[in-house]
Amino acid sequence: MAILVIAEHDNQSIKAATLNTVTAASKLGGDIHVLVAGAGCGAAAEAAAKVAGVAKVLVCDAPQYEAQTAENVAELVKGLAPSYSHVLAPATSAGKNMLPRVAAQLDVAQISDIVAVESADTFVRPIYAGNALATVKSADAIKLITVRTTAFDAAGDGNAAPVEAVAAAADLGVTALVGREITKSARPELGAAKIIVSGGRGLGSGDNYHQLLEPLADKLGAALGASRAAVDAGYVPNDYQVGQTGKIVAPQLYIAIGISGAIQHLAGMKDSKVIVAINKDPEAPIFQVADYGLVGDLFEVVPQLTSAI
Amino acid sequence: MKILVPVKRVVDYNVKVRVKADGSGVDIANVKMSMNPFDEIAVEEAVRLKEAGVATEVVAVSCGVTACQETLRAAMAIGADRGILVETDVELQPLAVAKLLKAVCDKEQPDLVIAGKQAIDDDANQTGQMLSALMGWPQATFASKVALADGKAQVTREIDGGLETLSVKLPAVVTTDLRLNEPRYATLPNIMKAKKKPLDTVKPADLGVDVAPRLTTLKVSEPPKRSAGERVADVAQLVDKLKNVAKVI
Ligand SMILES: Cc1cc2nc3c(=O)[nH]c(=O)nc-3n(C[C@H](O)[C@H](O)[C@H](O)COP(=O)(O)OP(=O)(O)OC[C@H]3O[C@@H](n4cnc5c(N)ncnc54)[C@H](O)[C@@H]3O)c2cc1C
Ligand SMILES: Nc1ncnc2c1ncn2[C@@H]1O[C@H](COP(=O)(O)O)[C@@H](O)[C@H]1O
Repeated sequence: MAILVIAEHDNQSIKAATLNTVTAASKLGGDIHVLVAGAGCGAAAEAAAKVAGVAKVLVCDAPQYEAQTAENVAELVKGLAPSYSHVLAPATSAGKNMLPRVAAQLDVAQISDIVAVESADTFVRPIYAGNALATVKSADAIKLITVRTTAFDAAGDGNAAPVEAVAAAADLGVTALVGREITKSARPELGAAKIIVSGGRGLGSGDNYHQLLEPLADKLGAALGASRAAVDAGYVPNDYQVGQTGKIVAPQLYIAIGISGAIQHLAGMKDSKVIVAINKDPEAPIFQVADYGLVGDLFEVVPQLTSAI
Repeated sequence: MKILVPVKRVVDYNVKVRVKADGSGVDIANVKMSMNPFDEIAVEEAVRLKEAGVATEVVAVSCGVTACQETLRAAMAIGADRGILVETDVELQPLAVAKLLKAVCDKEQPDLVIAGKQAIDDDANQTGQMLSALMGWPQATFASKVALADGKAQVTREIDGGLETLSVKLPAVVTTDLRLNEPRYATLPNIMKAKKKPLDTVKPADLGVDVAPRLTTLKVSEPPKRSAGERVADVAQLVDKLKNVAKVI
């Protein structure tokens, strides 16, 4: 049987998380179909058709998918799912929001946030903020899975899969989008960045955060991240939060500045290739995971680092 | 308006759990247990809605072992009016919890359910969405702001790119994110008062729900350990290491 991947997209293009999810699907064996549900989403469907390993793109283009509400998308996926052995979505805020609805309606136990595929019915997923890895086996006829994107490489391109239209499901009309405030930034997306400069409560204020970390991130072409404490204190918007309950990242280089290294923060970044910690407290737990630790006052060290690069 | 708040008893967020040597699970004997932090935020939000005169009753529900009574008492100490324990020793997975909560909702007929977005033990992030789907209600997950008016909830949600505001018809399920509020500390008098509030106990069988787990945990293992690297003396040495040893810049 085939595998269905739910694409994350903005009607124009496919989000990077979709590419990692396709790679996870490729470990299962079976044709991979990608669903693009949106409004005026032809360009996104074309982009999905180029992804290596995709056998077919299903496009569902209808006004009720404009806001991609969980209720309406789940209603569509619920109808399609019985023809598939597995349905996968990235473990992004959109995937996490939508897929459990499908699972409940199909009476299936969803497997959240997998980091490895052992076999077609057995998967590995982190629990307790990544302090343990559980290998779980599903007895359900259809496997509904969300995928931790950092655990799987991005699928390549160069494909030309056929694109097939599928009929829209009913518009449930129970949810209305009032508005979105999307953080605008010319920087790379946190989830896909090669380098991340991340700041914590040690920065002391939003002004300090911006004045000290932005020039460094500019020089490195890095994305900016933050601890929960920095977000709660209003230094930066919520979507900067890295951690157990924020974003999971695994860049080539993660520079933690003025971050103590609480379990919940480590859960989001400890799979980074190289970790640098800058902290004035030599006992800070962040040093236990850092490849390079620099004990010092960030207000002195960070400007020096920016000019040395 | 009645608000129902599901609260889960979990290992306290400050505890770093250890994997059992035989790989059968994590060792939670003698570790501190607390209310899931996202559920504390949910109780706080419901109680504030009551204090603001929007809600009339806040009911806390916990599913699990007898000791979940403590979690319910904690919710009542924040200000929930009563508690319902769905008591079982069976390991509960999100789908089973959602079914139990559906049965409780069918009976209690709340106008709003406020759950946590995620339990910090299983990190599943499923139950609220599943409950909403089983009830055929709309959902607004990962909430950082909730306003109720005219039979609707206007909810601001934390999403990957920033914020999104939805308007959902009630009854609905809302799940909390960290920025929704800062839960109060329960005062001693309120802890005492909570001991006298009503707490009903039911069994899954009374609710007609089969809670048998669907996922079998084959093993639980330690994640690969990351060892501490080296301390660098100054910025020059750090830059040298990053350029010439790690080769990441
Ligand atoms: C349910 C729940 C979920 C959570 N989810 C997350 C999550 O997803 N992500 C997350 O990050 N946290 C999360 N947390 C919070 C987490 O427990 C910590 O509270 C948080 O990570 C601390 O942030 P911080 O390191 O910036 O602040 P602090 O712990 O206050 O650390 C600040 C650090 O800055 C250093 N410092 C101060 N001044 C200087 C200076 N001048 N120069 C150099 N160093 C300096 C200090 O030595 C200290 O180590 C969660 C908590 C809960 C309860
Ligand atoms: N056993 C339980 N009893 C009561 N509420 C629960 C239980 N398990 C999960 N929940 C609720 O569902 C939310 C999400 O949990 P989960 O889907 O397991 O991550 C929690 O924050 C609680 O509000």
